[in-house]
Amino acid sequence: MDFINAIILLLNYIFVPALAYGSQLALGAIFVTLIYGILRFANFATGDMMSFGTMFTILFTWYFQSVGIGLGVLPTALLAIPFAVIFMIGYMLLIDKFVFKYYRASKSPPVQLAMVSIGVMFVTQAVVRIIIGPSDRRFFDGEKFLIRAGEFKDMTGLNEGLAIKSTQVITIFVTIILVSILFWFLNKTKTGKSMRAYSDNEDLALLSGIDPKKIVMITWIIAGILATIGGALYGLDKSFKPFTYFNNMLPIFAAAIVGGIGNPFGAFLGGYVIAFSEILLTYAYKKFFMYILPESMEPDGLVQLLSTDYKFAVSFSILVIVLLYRPSGIFKGKVL
Amino acid sequence: MRKNLNVIAAYSIMMGLIILVGIFQSWNIALSIFNLCLISAVMTMGANIQWGYAGLINFGIMGYTALGGLAAVLISVNPVQEAWSAGGLNILFSLFLILGMVLAVRYVLKKFEKSKTRTYIIATIIILGIIIVRFVSEPGIVAIEEVDPAKTGFLGGFGLPIIFSWVVGALFAGGLAFVIGKVALGLRADYLAIATLLISEIVIAIIKHEDWLTRGVKNVIGLKRPAPYEVNLQQTDWFINLVEKFNSSKLNLISDFAERQAALNQFVIEGSSVFVKLCYSGLFLIVVIILLILTQKALYSPWGRMMRAIRDNEEAANAMGKNVVKQHLLIFVLGSAIVGIAGAMLVTQDGLFTPGSYRPMRYTFLIWVMVIVGGSGNNFGAILGGFVVWFLWIESAPIGLYLVNLTTAGLADTHFLKIHLIESVPYFRFLMMGIGLLLIMRYRPKGILPEKIEIK
Repeated sequence: MDFINAIILLLNYIFVPALAYGSQLALGAIFVTLIYGILRFANFATGDMMSFGTMFTILFTWYFQSVGIGLGVLPTALLAIPFAVIFMIGYMLLIDKFVFKYYRASKSPPVQLAMVSIGVMFVTQAVVRIIIGPSDRRFFDGEKFLIRAGEFKDMTGLNEGLAIKSTQVITIFVTIILVSILFWFLNKTKTGKSMRAYSDNEDLALLSGIDPKKIVMITWIIAGILATIGGALYGLDKSFKPFTYFNNMLPIFAAAIVGGIGNPFGAFLGGYVIAFSEILLTYAYKKFFMYILPESMEPDGLVQLLSTDYKFAVSFSILVIVLLYRPSGIFKGKVL
Repeated sequence: MRKNLNVIAAYSIMMGLIILVGIFQSWNIALSIFNLCLISAVMTMGANIQWGYAGLINFGIMGYTALGGLAAVLISVNPVQEAWSAGGLNILFSLFLILGMVLAVRYVLKKFEKSKTRTYIIATIIILGIIIVRFVSEPGIVAIEEVDPAKTGFLGGFGLPIIFSWVVGALFAGGLAFVIGKVALGLRADYLAIATLLISEIVIAIIKHEDWLTRGVKNVIGLKRPAPYEVNLQQTDWFINLVEKFNSSKLNLISDFAERQAALNQFVIEGSSVFVKLCYSGLFLIVVIILLILTQKALYSPWGRMMRAIRDNEEAANAMGKNVVKQHLLIFVLGSAIVGIAGAMLVTQDGLFTPGSYRPMRYTFLIWVMVIVGGSGNNFGAILGGFVVWFLWIESAPIGLYLVNLTTAGLADTHFLKIHLIESVPYFRFLMMGIGLLLIMRYRPKGILPEKIEIK
């Protein structure tokens, strides 16, 4: 019994939250990796682009709420996402046309494009803050929990409850669907294959008649979809604040590099690696040990490897270790 | 002289703008802008050495700035005796252990060939070390943080004049840069950018949460000053006489004695804060000029030529027998040390240390905008960039407000759009910075004052 309690405890505080957080990171990491693989620069505007998409999701959610359209138990935001995606893609293509295209055409070094992306970061951040303001916003509605801790306890008669938020389930579901479609697209369709060919060897791809304009456009469209959905899911699960989104750029980068930059599947798994290690290393295991150890051996302290203040530091340390020992990432990205 | 005409013109315009602020807003504001411009100039010089001379991307500027600030605290604050007696021994012992750990790792690295076993041994040493250090330091940290937490709750510093911290800040930042450089300099440019950005976040996390060292988010206030205090100045005779002399024409117009005295008092209060700011300006100016002379000398020396050669073609420089790795490390340390000086200067001027205020937008990316806008590779350009960008950063709010009022003049004052726009005026600075950076990168990629190397 105690053993089951201990397992439920870990499920409740580590496994489920880490799975949801990892999915959100994974979407962002695939975004970074696609831009890096095909457009060939590190996009420092990642976090702010995600907050831009989320902002549109929130605006549409407010609109739908005001006219009384809803999805019942599901959050209205799910209905708003497709509309937000359209605006987001428009913004991405606009930025590409006015900013990135020039540097791509003149074959600037990646560093210069990264600097340009900092300019885009400043502008996007300003636009988001001017339109929606810098404050913390929650836009979740509908049924909050799938299983409440209390209900679970009554149901099973255990001491530990397992609470599953509906946003966590939505996040995981949407991520699985989205990522499967993406991999199907990249591996099975002609356009997807040409994208991978372009990422692998630009000159060879051009020689075999692949249209670079089309590749770039499709990349931005996919990136727009990923950024909006990833951002909106994060906002639904936690809350929307432009500054947090800017900071999320860092674990997202870590996830993309750990998975091997330029490799979408690696980025997908990298998101979970980062999320799990952040939560596993900063969780206080005292209660867990109280269940599985006999009373005489119970620990005094919190049995916490690192205080939660160092959550971000964990992912960065993993990144540094990976960069040192395996610069191409765990799952062989571009050879750098 | 003619060659330097654009430099002189650009600087005169900049000084003119600051003087205009002095005339139209107030001399207080103008001087505080000027002081922060000088500090920004020191930071940009540090970043410019790394990026302009050697082509190294360093997105960790925030971390070095914070370390400089930490140095200011550790040097100037008086030691907290009780805290030392409560937990000082544990902390010293932990430091000793960390040193031992580092030496052990070094020993293993030197002694054994590169292999899996070596990696595992090192990992074991580090993990065991961390566990032991935590075990030793925990009671000490708890005891220190319990000593009068509202006022101290940390170890304090050495109680020396704060000016020394400018050197110590440079040492701290240089030391960190040495470690980071050893670890990360082999990486490709954009990886180096990401790695340094993340490492600087770790530095901030440590400074924020290690209360026994820095008081963390409780902030350290009331640091010592290298300049006199306003309150003391207002009661010194020579200062009152000076103010009287300066404003004699205005004062003579007032015939009534009581009114004249009141006016004089007002002038003294204003004058005292201007005077203090002038003291800082003088100190900062000395630092900027010394650094400028040194960096200019370095730029035109054989060493500077070698750095440019390495920047422009690493392989060729390597083939000529230049030790690229060593030079990269050297320049990484030097540039970071200069940023550390700026960090200590900043805390010295503010008189307080607030770890929560270190944010990458302000302390890393803004500095990069300064370097790019001003002109990388050219010290005068970098300094000008610091001035222009900081000036715009501060003055963009009034400019934004003016523009909002101009464009929404047709709307009523209560119109929701107008109210919303006026509320979001502070964020126009991000917009201006972003658009400015994009325009400069597109149409003048070498900056306002581009790099010009003359062979003398």
